[in-house]
Amino acid sequence: MTTGETLLRAAALDEVRQAKYSQRKLVNRVALTLSLMAMAFGLFWLFWILFETVRLGVGGLSLATLTQMTPPPNDEGGLANAMYGSFLMVMLATFVGTPIGIMAGIYLAEFDTKGWLANVTRFVNDILLSAPSIVIGLFVYAVVVSRFKSFSGWAGVMAFALIVIPVVIRTTENMLQLVPSGLREAAYALGAPKWKVILSITLKSARAGVVTGVMLAIARIAGETAPLLFTALSNQFWTSSLSEPMASLPVTIFKFAMSPYENWQKLAWAGVFLITVTVLGLNIIARVVTRAR
Amino acid sequence: MSTTLPAKEMPINQSALSSGRVMTKPPPIKAARSGPMADRIFGVLAKGAALLTLAILTAILVSLTVSAWPAISKYGLGFLTSTTWDPVKEEFGGLVMIYGTLMTSFIALLIAVPVSFGIALFLTEMSPAWLKRPLGTAIELLAAVPSIVYGMWGLLVFSPVLSTYVQQPLQALFSGVPYVGALFSGPPVGIGILSAGIILAIMIIPFIAAVMRDVFEVTPPMLKESAYALGGTTWEVVSQVVLPYTKAGVIGGIMLGLGRAIGETMAVTFVIGNFNQLDSLSLFQAANSITSALANEFAEAGEGLHQAALMYLGLVLFFITFVVLALSKLLLAQLKKNEGAKT
Repeated sequence: MTTGETLLRAAALDEVRQAKYSQRKLVNRVALTLSLMAMAFGLFWLFWILFETVRLGVGGLSLATLTQMTPPPNDEGGLANAMYGSFLMVMLATFVGTPIGIMAGIYLAEFDTKGWLANVTRFVNDILLSAPSIVIGLFVYAVVVSRFKSFSGWAGVMAFALIVIPVVIRTTENMLQLVPSGLREAAYALGAPKWKVILSITLKSARAGVVTGVMLAIARIAGETAPLLFTALSNQFWTSSLSEPMASLPVTIFKFAMSPYENWQKLAWAGVFLITVTVLGLNIIARVVTRAR
Repeated sequence: MSTTLPAKEMPINQSALSSGRVMTKPPPIKAARSGPMADRIFGVLAKGAALLTLAILTAILVSLTVSAWPAISKYGLGFLTSTTWDPVKEEFGGLVMIYGTLMTSFIALLIAVPVSFGIALFLTEMSPAWLKRPLGTAIELLAAVPSIVYGMWGLLVFSPVLSTYVQQPLQALFSGVPYVGALFSGPPVGIGILSAGIILAIMIIPFIAAVMRDVFEVTPPMLKESAYALGGTTWEVVSQVVLPYTKAGVIGGIMLGLGRAIGETMAVTFVIGNFNQLDSLSLFQAANSITSALANEFAEAGEGLHQAALMYLGLVLFFITFVVLALSKLLLAQLKKNEGAKT
């Protein structure tokens, strides 16, 4: 083989490589452009929705919105009872659901990671996590509402708690698993009992993630409407008794938005604004707090 | 050091070895570690919480089946293929709603999966560091917007826009074309399967994108850097190193989104049109989904066959989400097996 032939062959090879290289670069550029567009697509909807919520929601806001009860059609009024009902049910459900969720998450991450019970629990939890919230509502209707023959705030709390639990289990387990096992072993080596290792070492170092999970669970139930339709229903008046039907912001919005009355629609937009601000605010606070620690 | 120590001691006293062996067995400290009540109580509590989730699932299945029993025993599986839904004559069949649920979710996934992948790619590989957090948070906030807000916005703001700028042009374009034209027939009023699907897509994008981004980020930097060092482009690194490494998580994210789309109630109820007939395959046709039928009719349905039929629908919905999940698990097991075969 002469040197000329070798050079020629090398040049040809070089050309093929160059072509291949520029093709790869082109594919890369197309993919990254599409990715940029996807990002813009996502942001576009967020800004559109927020813009309309603010534009249409602020108009319906006044002091009366925060202090007065939900009105009958074509009358003045506010959303005070609905806001109180939402707040009460969300708080109670969080207090009930969070400890159960964290304990089950601890069980999956610390006690029984590979056993049959853990695998079954994980699978069941995934089912519950993807279970439609309206099915949870149906379930609570069947076991609570139809038995006591009355819609009630307690039924709403129960439905909410059933939504909180799987969310918290999932995030707690995931976050605990991210804790390096060296940390656990170091604590065990110092002679700490298991509960102490879990509570003050692993859970503590996974705290940010767990708190975020709880916050996200709260934000999720705060905007949930479907499970309340058959459980807490709604109430036009102020009630702090959890054994009566209880108004909530989302159900009130649903009722008002679908109505032909102008004052109800206006209040519905005000409610949408309030609920969006609350839920988004909660999300942002959760992030800031967990980062500051 | 540990090897020299016993070697030194051995010649001095043979019994030192045996006592040394006893010393390596954990003496009183071990007893103090596993003994106390607190530990046992804690363990029982944790196990109890785990068992509680099993109990909840069982209770849901049993109570739904019991409540739906009048409808199940009357219609059997024929319920799933019948399109009649007539509360006045007490004739019930669920096909219209099941079709609506599956079709809207399918459209949602068709849009949401590529977009979410793009977003995750952007956030992990392209975005400048200082923009990562705000942009990621913005997308996550999209998930935080309550579904009722999507519903009201969808009905009063989005559907008129969709009708004017998307549906009418599409209809004009495809009106004479066979098959494709049928997809775009029907009244272009902005309410129906297509708008429900689009809104569902917007709602599930953040879920899928967040999971994808999180799993992309836990890919060991060493792997990515090695691929870059071999001359891979960003796209090649993501598609051939990061994606295979994280596919379990990616599929998990997609399934999470699908589950949410299938079970989403309020947003769909506002925009799907609640129309209990299945005349055409048009995407513009007003239709109904399982969830919106439940939301609209359940409170008004008296105890009896109507309510039982709705409970039956709820059971079907639950079953569908269960199948989706089981499929994803099977798929994941399959993928893991393939992974093993390749290497």
